[in-house]
Amino acid sequence: MNKPIRRVAIACMLLFAALLVNANVVQFADAKNLRDKPGNTRNLYAQYDRKRGDIVTSTGETIASSTPTTDTLKYLRTYTNGPLYAPVTGIYSIEYGATNIEAAENSILAGTDDRLFVNQLSNLITGRTPQGGSVVLTIDPTIQDAAYKALAGRKGAVVAVDPSTGAILALVSTPSYDPNLLSSHNVKQIDATWKSEISNPDNPMLDRALSQTYPPGSTFKLITAAAALSSGQYNPQTSIPAPNVLPYPNSTKSLPNYAGESCGDGKTTTLMDALTISCNTAFGSLGETLGAEKLQRQAEAFGFDSTFSIPMKSAQSVFPSNLDPAQTIQSAIGQFDVRATPLQMAMVVAAIANGGTLMKPYLVKQLVGPNLAVIDTTKPTEIRQAISSQVAAQLTAMMENVVNKGTGTTIRIPNVQVAGKTGTAENAPGKPPHAWFVAFAPAAQPKIAVAVVVENGGGKNDATGATVAGPIAKAVLQADLAEQP
Amino acid sequence: MTAASAASTATTATGFVKAMKPRRPRTRRGVELAMLVFAVLIALAAYADVGLARSHRVPSDIVTYGLGLGALLLIAHIAVRKLAPFADPLLLPCCALLNGIGLVLIHRLDLVAPKAENSDATLQLAWSAIGVVGFIAVLVVIRDHRRLQRYTYTSMLLGLVLLAIPSILPARFSVVNGARNWIRFAGFSIQPGEFSKLLLVVFVAGFLVTKRDALALASHRVLGIDLPRGRDLGPILAAWLVSIGLLVRGRDLGMSMLFFGFFIVMLYIATERLSWLIIGVLLFVGGTFIAYHLFAHVRERFEIWLHPFKYAKTTGYQLVQGLFGFSSGGLMGTGLGNGRPDLVPFAKSDFIVATVGEELGLTGLTAILLVYVVIVTRGLRASLSVRDSFGKLLAAGLAVCLAVQVFVVVGGVMRLIPLTGITTPFLSYGGSSLVSNWALMALLLRISDSARRPAPPPAPRPDDAMTQVVRP
Repeated sequence: MNKPIRRVAIACMLLFAALLVNANVVQFADAKNLRDKPGNTRNLYAQYDRKRGDIVTSTGETIASSTPTTDTLKYLRTYTNGPLYAPVTGIYSIEYGATNIEAAENSILAGTDDRLFVNQLSNLITGRTPQGGSVVLTIDPTIQDAAYKALAGRKGAVVAVDPSTGAILALVSTPSYDPNLLSSHNVKQIDATWKSEISNPDNPMLDRALSQTYPPGSTFKLITAAAALSSGQYNPQTSIPAPNVLPYPNSTKSLPNYAGESCGDGKTTTLMDALTISCNTAFGSLGETLGAEKLQRQAEAFGFDSTFSIPMKSAQSVFPSNLDPAQTIQSAIGQFDVRATPLQMAMVVAAIANGGTLMKPYLVKQLVGPNLAVIDTTKPTEIRQAISSQVAAQLTAMMENVVNKGTGTTIRIPNVQVAGKTGTAENAPGKPPHAWFVAFAPAAQPKIAVAVVVENGGGKNDATGATVAGPIAKAVLQADLAEQP
Repeated sequence: MTAASAASTATTATGFVKAMKPRRPRTRRGVELAMLVFAVLIALAAYADVGLARSHRVPSDIVTYGLGLGALLLIAHIAVRKLAPFADPLLLPCCALLNGIGLVLIHRLDLVAPKAENSDATLQLAWSAIGVVGFIAVLVVIRDHRRLQRYTYTSMLLGLVLLAIPSILPARFSVVNGARNWIRFAGFSIQPGEFSKLLLVVFVAGFLVTKRDALALASHRVLGIDLPRGRDLGPILAAWLVSIGLLVRGRDLGMSMLFFGFFIVMLYIATERLSWLIIGVLLFVGGTFIAYHLFAHVRERFEIWLHPFKYAKTTGYQLVQGLFGFSSGGLMGTGLGNGRPDLVPFAKSDFIVATVGEELGLTGLTAILLVYVVIVTRGLRASLSVRDSFGKLLAAGLAVCLAVQVFVVVGGVMRLIPLTGITTPFLSYGGSSLVSNWALMALLLRISDSARRPAPPPAPRPDDAMTQVVRP
């Protein structure tokens, strides 16, 4: 009987061999595939099992943290001043996932990033539950708060950057929402909040600063002026045509000035004066002379037609292609199909303020490990020289004029020279225009550049960039300047 | 005489004399004791690990538990020393290791969903004690495994009655989670199939030993295959069909696969004819085919097996959650107490290997499977070396039972084969399984004792005294 017993023994070993091969497939070869399957809640539970890292402002104020709970998910994500920072932090929701910094820096916050390898290794040895690292933002809470308060009650956005580095000092969008309600462990509450936010016509979960594009209106004249100055054929004192009405080629229609006013003598004006009083016909005619291609090239040098990753990806600002002369005239004053995010316009003035160098905008200053060791510090990087330093200086002088004696006087700050440009952008017939203000200060040694947009002028029919957006931009600049030692 | 003893003869005269004396057979009980200590230490280390992971300290009762488990196994060891001194030294430590790790895993799962009264781990510890008592009892009562042959038909009757009881009892006494394979009364619930398994292995071994010649030789050829006479095969075929029928009726698919497996294998070993394996495989395929078309729940199992993720939120939930557990364990596992094995339904019983895979990883799972390999090979080793046919068949049947049971449950849980509920020997939560497998182990030890026991020395010859006189 021993022969069949030996054979049976071999058969038994084959059964176990099959089990072992299969175990290797399930736990090794196919494991990643299984881990990433939709409906695998383990990843989620694993993330909630460990203390997620904090999100901290540049001054050390914690705006997102994890607190231990007694329910099945071990840690609850809570946000201090949730609505104020929601466009930055985003949410961390069991139902709707993570957004904004919570999503973009998830690997650090969750503690799974390879840069935390040494930490993970020591956790493995000591058996400690791994912890996430912290993300230190470039956001300055004073500026953020000032911008949020100044915008209060209106739909709009504010982006403030440090022109010399690209560090984003404020990123505000209103109306906002409370990320705490979407990051709770109460699924019913999350769903109810989500539904009401989604169906809210004011769209509070839209991050207007990054994800919404608006017609930039007269703020775009900075780019038209930059294209003209960079062409070498113009200087601020060059005389350019400025009729009361600019007829569109091959059309019976024409471009009027704001409120039917005339610029200077109604025939010509200097480039400097045209910007100071935001003369539509002068810039329309200038754009027509320069041509759509030059305008587009200059716009793209400032970042149009591409996106910024701060690390959240911004919406793409657009300068349209294949324009006919009439469309070129409209585009030169930031109308027609020209669209820009508030971040984009902030980057335009930041580049002007920074001697023409466009810096890469960024929101994350530092990554800090659970052991408080700094893992990574963002080094400012140049994107490109958008304009020459000479053109930048010329534009700065022109923008100072706008504030000192032009359309932007609402932003004047005692003892500080501000450079700025207003914008009042038509968007839909019968609706109040969007109010823009872009500015930087101090003009000689810029510390902050800001872009403000208020949708539909906050509902006022006679709204202009100067009256509606100007005071907001001023409040932001003052918040920063007050901090200067 | 070995080379070593030959070499020693060259050195001294006394060495020569020592070598000439009949070598005292080695019982290897010391090895067993050392391995048992090792097994207890591993279980205690695992227990401490769970405590450290869950509450950052070594459980305060670890000494009590260690002494308790140690004492229990020491008693088993002493019993083996007294009752089966030549038994295989690896079997008891392997089972002790699996039982100990099973206790820790159940304790670890208890922590996630604490019960008001006795925890499942405490109950399992009590069952382990009962299992060990049963183990000793089997060693005490069955001093010679050949005596079991006398109870061939009694075993059959008892085995079939046990299997039939759940089918006769009203559903509230016999149905747990949709399977009618339990006997429930007065707060107790036992799975008769686990005990019936042992009884029917004894029956099949006893029956085949007496009929093997008839089965192997007296046959008529049908379609080129030698078939035995009906009167030889009749009883065993009837018993087989009845048991499988009862199990299928009770929706106990795992157990019916197990019964099928050991019947066929023992028939093959007894007759030494490959045709039985072929017939067995054909019967298995045919039976599966019929069951597939006859029973909706069998079709459902196949469907879940083929497309588990289609049913991830409904009928396939358990299998899919188990697979997620295995995959999250990866190579090294999350570490005891750090995973989420509680997300898998029935993690303590049928799906305990999913907990092993998740928290101990592929490494731990491989180790556990290899411990089963050791048990099965040592069982088959006893079968090979024992001298009597009944012992051979019985040991092979028991070892194959274990192998098939592990294959059916682990293969099912890891989606190698369709999932059929069955316990993992020694690891799973459940008294019936634990007690019956300890009894199984006692039988294997008894047979291995008989296999390794030296033949009684021949009667001393009268001239032995003379040779001693010339010794210096």
